[in-house]
Amino acid sequence: MRWIWIDTFVEFVSGERAAAVKNVTMAEEYFRDHFPGYPVMPPCLMIEGMAQTAGILVGEVRRFQENVILAKIRLADLQAYARPGDRIRYETTLDSFDDRAAVTSGTVLMNGKNIGRIDLIFSYVNNAERSVDLPDHNFVFTEQFQHLLASARLLESSENRKSNED
Amino acid sequence: MAPSRDEVFTTVRDVLSDALGVDHEEVSDESTLQGDLGAESIDFLDIVFRLEKAFSIKIPKGELFPEDALNNPEYLNGDKLTPAGLETLKAAMPHADFSQFEKDPALSKMPDLFTVRTIVNYVEGKLEAA
Repeated sequence: MRWIWIDTFVEFVSGERAAAVKNVTMAEEYFRDHFPGYPVMPPCLMIEGMAQTAGILVGEVRRFQENVILAKIRLADLQAYARPGDRIRYETTLDSFDDRAAVTSGTVLMNGKNIGRIDLIFSYVNNAERSVDLPDHNFVFTEQFQHLLASARLLESSENRKSNED
Repeated sequence: MAPSRDEVFTTVRDVLSDALGVDHEEVSDESTLQGDLGAESIDFLDIVFRLEKAFSIKIPKGELFPEDALNNPEYLNGDKLTPAGLETLKAAMPHADFSQFEKDPALSKMPDLFTVRTIVNYVEGKLEAA
């Protein structure tokens, strides 16, 4: 199963900030049940979208060598539902990180309009701390993420160039 | 000028209220973070990050919430801290009130050392040193 809730990165500045977009389409399966005749994207999937945007920003700091897991939703305040045809943009900044965890704050925009905030904490799970019931390979940054990582890296270099020119 | 103790408390209360999703009224000097306010392990990191931001201070790992002060097996006898263990913990947490804990220094009672007052004391000390 594909569990990817962002389509591509549109901005990526290593260790600083990232932005990803998600185009909501009627083809998405959950609309059958959520809700019949009233299709709205479950807000928890927006949290997941932000967690993927921010999680990749956090993971990239260590070149994806460690698993990064969502440890806490510090704040999730969303003021509107997304419907088929809407374009969601997740903007996130890396506020602080140490060897154990990282804090991100984020803004959610829908069709260009700010609709809320999602602030998160991620934990790094390294080999020493890995609990017995977690797999020993990198289970977060799997091949499913490769196209996203590719889009992020391509844009990283151009964004870095752009910010250097500013 | 350093903020007054009341001002520090008010900011600490706001931080805890945001980090733990508790009402302001629930946060008193005496409240224990885990027992009374329901903090879990990741919350301690969240609290540290928020305190750093709120007070513009840097909190080195393990300074506010010592994690490995009792790593030495000589510091523990079953669930009880040995006198050496107790002294080590006291030295690691000069901002905590040990008067109750000293009477029965059991590892399982350690969370009771982490009260709102412990944090306020720590922040005050940090701000005075700055």
